[in-house]
Amino acid sequence: MEWEAVIGLEVHAQLNTKSKIFSGSATNYGAMPNTQICDIDIGLPGVLPVLNMEAVHKAITFGVAIGAQINDQSVFARKNYFYPDLPKGYQISQFELPIVGVGHLDITLEDGRSRRIGVTRAHLEEDAGKSLHEDFQGLSGIDLNRAGIPLLEIVSEPDIRTAKEAVAYLKTLHNLVRYINICDGNMQEGSFRCDANVSVRPKGQEKFGTRTETKNLNSFRFVERAINYEIERQIEVIESGGVIMQETRLFNADTNETKMMRSKEDANDYRYFPDPDLLPVRVTAEQIRQIKSTLPELPAEKQQRFVDDLHLSTDTATTLVSNKALADYFETGLKAAPEHGQLVANWVIGELLGALNKASLDITQCPIPAEHIGTLVARIIDKTISTKIAKTVFETMFNGEGTPDEIIEAKGLKQVTDTAEIEKMVDEIITQFPEQLADYRSGKDKLFGFFVGQAMKASKGKANPAQLNEILKTKLQN
Amino acid sequence: MHNKTLAEIARDLEAKNYSSVEVTQHFLDRIKNLDAKFNSFITVTADHALAQAQAADAARAEGKAGPLTGVPIAQKDIFCTQGIKTSCGSKMLDNFISPYDATVVKKFNNAGCVMLGKTNMDEFAMGSSNENSFYGPVVNPWQENTVPGGSSGGSAAAVAARLTPGATGTDTGGSIRQPAALCGITGLKPTYGRVSRYGMVAFASSLDQGGPMTQTAEDAALMLNVMAGFDERDSTSLDVDTPDFTATLNKDLKGMTIGLPKEFFDERLSPEMAKQIDAVKNELTKLGINFKEISLQATALSIPAYYIIAPAECSSNLSRFDGVRFGHRCENPKSLKDLYERSRAEGFGTEVKRRIMIGTYALSAGYYDAYYLKALKIRRLIHNDFENAFTEVDAILGPTTPTPAFKIGEKSDDPISLYLSDIYTTAVNLAGLPGISIPCGQINNLPVGCQLIGPRLQEARLLNIAHQLQQHTDWHKQAPQIEAN
Repeated sequence: MEWEAVIGLEVHAQLNTKSKIFSGSATNYGAMPNTQICDIDIGLPGVLPVLNMEAVHKAITFGVAIGAQINDQSVFARKNYFYPDLPKGYQISQFELPIVGVGHLDITLEDGRSRRIGVTRAHLEEDAGKSLHEDFQGLSGIDLNRAGIPLLEIVSEPDIRTAKEAVAYLKTLHNLVRYINICDGNMQEGSFRCDANVSVRPKGQEKFGTRTETKNLNSFRFVERAINYEIERQIEVIESGGVIMQETRLFNADTNETKMMRSKEDANDYRYFPDPDLLPVRVTAEQIRQIKSTLPELPAEKQQRFVDDLHLSTDTATTLVSNKALADYFETGLKAAPEHGQLVANWVIGELLGALNKASLDITQCPIPAEHIGTLVARIIDKTISTKIAKTVFETMFNGEGTPDEIIEAKGLKQVTDTAEIEKMVDEIITQFPEQLADYRSGKDKLFGFFVGQAMKASKGKANPAQLNEILKTKLQN
Repeated sequence: MHNKTLAEIARDLEAKNYSSVEVTQHFLDRIKNLDAKFNSFITVTADHALAQAQAADAARAEGKAGPLTGVPIAQKDIFCTQGIKTSCGSKMLDNFISPYDATVVKKFNNAGCVMLGKTNMDEFAMGSSNENSFYGPVVNPWQENTVPGGSSGGSAAAVAARLTPGATGTDTGGSIRQPAALCGITGLKPTYGRVSRYGMVAFASSLDQGGPMTQTAEDAALMLNVMAGFDERDSTSLDVDTPDFTATLNKDLKGMTIGLPKEFFDERLSPEMAKQIDAVKNELTKLGINFKEISLQATALSIPAYYIIAPAECSSNLSRFDGVRFGHRCENPKSLKDLYERSRAEGFGTEVKRRIMIGTYALSAGYYDAYYLKALKIRRLIHNDFENAFTEVDAILGPTTPTPAFKIGEKSDDPISLYLSDIYTTAVNLAGLPGISIPCGQINNLPVGCQLIGPRLQEARLLNIAHQLQQHTDWHKQAPQIEAN
């Protein structure tokens, strides 16, 4: 039988506000345990939450960016359960009335096809703290620095059909939240994490199968592996006569398997009810209009502009906008060579990304300032250096040894374009290799390359290649 | 000195008839000599009080005194006080020294008031008799073996016994007004949101409201002047102007109309209590007030609605007492579950556990719609009833409680009958309205009170009516005979 998977994703994006969602505590990552907490974060008796409007602003920004309905009234609810890193014994979240309603995200698949994935809702909530089970001799430590950090939980429709689509959706979302500056997207630090709801059904069947939820997938690779594992596992269970139970599973990155964490029967009854300490959040049309008008250029819009205005190829534009930092880098570099978008892009995507990859760096850690890549391209265009020399200059820059002009100057890499000088050099070469000259003249055309090589060597690569070819051709024939 | 009202003490301090240290020492001595009998204080903060009194006297000497500088008061032990035990009447918080001051406490400190100590209360403010305190029951100063009411029973008893000129209370379903009535004092529950809840240990967040408990309406106005005001730390506090509540105490009442809800005067009201309310009516009529019968039909459902909503919120509010960060923690927990179960089983008393269980049940999947949502609908109906009534009348009058104080232990095995004693008070919390209980005589030598209910934010009107009544009657001046033997 042919099977089809049905996948829905829940993403928790940490909002990059300066203070927590219900208190004034700082939100920096990596601080010493329990140094970014206050009376409110630790749930002392008598304390009350006050909503950070910056978090609301960021949630609305997200909603506007995915063309979603922004609810003019949304309500915070308490999700009640006991856990040591949940100080109040309940998490403040949104349940029945989330701030962001139905929207959508367009994704591009590997074969270039585009698909629209529905977003059911996005709601604000506070993060819990962290339990530390090592280093305490059989006891557990609690770090509440993370407790109260604002999260936007983004829930997709079950529109996704393959692990690859899931990854494409996640990457698109990951890119978007950084474009609109609501989340730093740092997956290692847990700023962007994903739970995957997966079920399978015979192809053509309309009814969904029973789903499982796999928790806390913190890399694109893990999402892909976990979903693929889960699809195969479910098909195997059903084909061998079993049934899928609704349950929560955990992905093990070492074995690439998912394991049952708790069954539906063991699931908590969270006893949601509206939080009486917080008023409903009201959003006005004016607020939405204002946010809409200050929305930065979104990835899709940027891609269109790159193709239309800068005449980049679609592939190049797609690669550049796939990462906001990369696109920003490109646009900064472009300023030094504004007419040569494709060439700048080629340098950024080709040489630069290759070198960064080799050095295991990402674009934000790039040792070459974007302006310098632009200048490098400008020096090729104005014929100061050849493309080949440019590569040498690039490597030198990557090692942090200065601006393109400084390097060209210091290393004497400036291209020789003086015809007389090149002619003189060519004359010398020709006299040095009388035999090869004779052979060439008797028809061994291939030896042309030999003379180019010798002449380039003599000029230490600085001779303008086009001029050199021209002059050599003339001189060899005489 | 101790029979003076808060206003009189404030005037005496102003006139320098005595110092804050002297009056503070006087009340501290009284507490020391008498409170063993009443158990109205959990913590007496003598050193702290005398230091505050000295500072108040110094401020006065420098000409920096405000209206209540140097006046002693007591705080219900539900308000967090920095560096001082804040127990909420529970074993759970017997070891809890708050690291911060509640907004209300801060405001009294800033006003130069002196805190004598923290008063006894039903555990986590759950109770109507003050028998649910980890620190033992409070005794009504009017009669041994009689409850003072609750949950602010310690504050009510302390004011009645003249151990403090005034005290704070909190009122979730009547916890200021009912003990005020049973102890023969004045107690005001302000409009929900008028007084900040920040630092007030939460029982039922949508109902809880702090307020003053005093001998007179004038004193209540003076205290409310300090307590009221918008607090940006409490999202439910009202961002509205705070009037001077003493400014309108002497306004003429002529032409005012007071509503008498027929539901408060049906066969459930004892003839004795009805007689007392009649006496109030007569006095108010003399002051030019008209009366009109009204109906508050939905208030009949206020007890069931209240006993769903309040426990539901409390079941969640009390989850933070888990033995992990503060409060009682069981010995040698074997596992996380064991830590939770034993810490909470040992730390909470019976009534608190009962309400946590009722509330947890009411919010459970499958029951939420039938209980919690239905209760919210009733709440809306009650609110509408009052709103309609206030299109016709300026205030509403009725009894505060069905009976005077009952005997200690009389109802402790019968929670339902105890819950029913809240019949006239809970509707006011559900509607978020201000209500004041003032003394209106005695039944069998025990004081009883009547309740005035006003429209939202009309505390000044209630205080005006109560003050005028107190200018022409002396019910509020009657005090229990308790002099040291």
